[in-house]
Amino acid sequence: MSSLSDRQEHQKLSTIPKNFKVVLFIGLVLLGISVVASLAFGSRWVSVHELMEGLFYQNTDSYGGNVVRKRVPRTVFSLFCGAALGVSGALMQAVTRNPIADPSILGVNMGASLFVVCGITFLQITTANQYIWLALVGAMITAVFVFSIGSMGRGGATPLKLVLAGAATSAALSSLVTAIMLPRSYVMDQFRFWQVGSVGSANWDGIMLFIPFLIVGILIGFLTAPALNALALGDEVASVMGIRTGILRLMAAVAAVLLCGATTALAGPIGFVGLLSAHVIRLILGPNLRYIIPLSALSGAIILTISDCIGRLLGGTGELEVGVVTAFTGAPILILLAMKLRVRSL
Amino acid sequence: MNQSVTYIVKGRRQRRYRWILVTGLLLALACLLSCGMLLLGSTMYPAQDVFHVLMGEDISGVSFAVETIRLPRMLAGLFAGFAFGISGHTFQTMLRNPLASPDVIGITAGSSAAAVFCILILHASGTVVSIASVISGLITVLLIYIFSKGKTFSIGRLILVGIGMQAMLNALVSYLLLVGAQQDIPSALRWLNGSLNGSQMDELPPLMITVLFVAPIVIALGKHVSILELGEEAATTLGLHTDRTRMMLIVGAVSLLALATATTGPIAFVAFLSGPIAKRLVGVGLSNAIPAGLVGVNLVLGADLIGQFAFEVRYPVGVITGILGAPYLIFLLTRMNRKGNVS
Repeated sequence: MSSLSDRQEHQKLSTIPKNFKVVLFIGLVLLGISVVASLAFGSRWVSVHELMEGLFYQNTDSYGGNVVRKRVPRTVFSLFCGAALGVSGALMQAVTRNPIADPSILGVNMGASLFVVCGITFLQITTANQYIWLALVGAMITAVFVFSIGSMGRGGATPLKLVLAGAATSAALSSLVTAIMLPRSYVMDQFRFWQVGSVGSANWDGIMLFIPFLIVGILIGFLTAPALNALALGDEVASVMGIRTGILRLMAAVAAVLLCGATTALAGPIGFVGLLSAHVIRLILGPNLRYIIPLSALSGAIILTISDCIGRLLGGTGELEVGVVTAFTGAPILILLAMKLRVRSL
Repeated sequence: MNQSVTYIVKGRRQRRYRWILVTGLLLALACLLSCGMLLLGSTMYPAQDVFHVLMGEDISGVSFAVETIRLPRMLAGLFAGFAFGISGHTFQTMLRNPLASPDVIGITAGSSAAAVFCILILHASGTVVSIASVISGLITVLLIYIFSKGKTFSIGRLILVGIGMQAMLNALVSYLLLVGAQQDIPSALRWLNGSLNGSQMDELPPLMITVLFVAPIVIALGKHVSILELGEEAATTLGLHTDRTRMMLIVGAVSLLALATATTGPIAFVAFLSGPIAKRLVGVGLSNAIPAGLVGVNLVLGADLIGQFAFEVRYPVGVITGILGAPYLIFLLTRMNRKGNVS
């Protein structure tokens, strides 16, 4: 009985999901739409003409054209961050074998935030180059901490224990971030997004810095995907297939932390994107990570870019940080997942 | 036979002594902290001046500081702390899990969102805010219950659903703060973390009245909570109308919570911490509602004093309780995980 279901499972993992091409196509169309929306919408809407002008005629000097040009780095940045968060979520879900895993739910983003804020305040760190490393260290430590608390005791790391450990850690860290930032208004004004997450302050230097981390993280994700597929069948099956599960988990976790840590360093803690994107894709394409990982990147990019547009539109004269928008749209997914979980697996 | 009876009687008596002792000490500490709230400040006034002002005399300088700033602050902390403590304890005992406190599972956030909406967007005050936040809290409870019911009820699922609710409602509060053009940091902190800054006398009556009338009912039902703690079947066997009792407790606890939240903002972790601390101090066996309420008072007033005077900057109370509470939450989790109680 169980061997039959295992075989079916295995078959599902080795074939191309039948609607892969359709999903990819729809995804690319949505990506195009979200890019155009991100360039066009905001506190000032631009016309098609201005959009074209801004993108393709570098030396025109119209107002709309300049607005569009200002929005280009922001759009590129939100695409990259979204992709990073999507892959990071998919990897975390695979490593912890837990449907409710996401860099924000596990508190990892907040850990990265705290380290950056500490760096700015106590070590007088000012360049994004240094933030990234601090954020990675913070993310790494928090990930280890949360996972070790969440996997204590009977049954190992159940979704409930991990989420609780993550939520508690997140709450503690965010209080500390507030306590450190509050008396220092210069830190507060400049970096308020370190508490909610925003892609508004993007520039090309930051994007250039981000790209290597994105490439390395996604590459590791792709390379480990087949082995992670085997891991999904259970540790025993994976070891029988000649996979060293310890190293595999470590690699995938490092990639996940790399992606979400780098994102947090530049954009602050943005929640629920990984949960949302990886789940939508899993729901449509099934469990094969070889397809989930690239499409999570795609859907993450779409979700974050659209969320950023929504935040700009809802904010009126100011703007609503993208982290707030993603929390509002992503949290229902958490509720939905909790409803679907079997009691035993809690 | 006879010996075991005397043993039980003796045990009961010891527990009662301990209850009285602990409650008395908590009460004394609360009085001390309240006096601290009135006496300490950027300018220190002599104790007898403060006392005279409280008795109704008018002393220039002292009157303003004490009557408009310190007294409302102290009373807000006192009543909100008591309300948070009792309501947290009620949920925790009713659901038989310390993690199921209203500030962990999003009920506080529900009340807070309604209060923010009424105050910042509708510019309402007083009764409207109170009623809206109570209703919103009850709706949140209902939603959490519906979402977590499933085929078989599980407390784990309820907590997960609650954490999701919490995230969503906090995002809503952030949005309302932005729309309400209240992006200034103090008000944002009040509605996200809880703060006693800017408490005013005329904001207090709804909370005070609710605490005076509802808290005794919830405390009186505390006996039944301990029967509910035995489980559904046992409680029914012992002749308790479980549904009716539970309903009354939920409405009472949510009212207390909602009014406190509407007055001070959701002071982080007070509801969560009070119950377990009271249980640790008093031990099991007797109703812990009153000690839990007093622990809440002490936490809020103590944390506010720390926030005001321990550092160079004045921190709002919620930041302090947040920093104190979160490690305890982690500690509790590790202990529960080791025992295997969470799942």
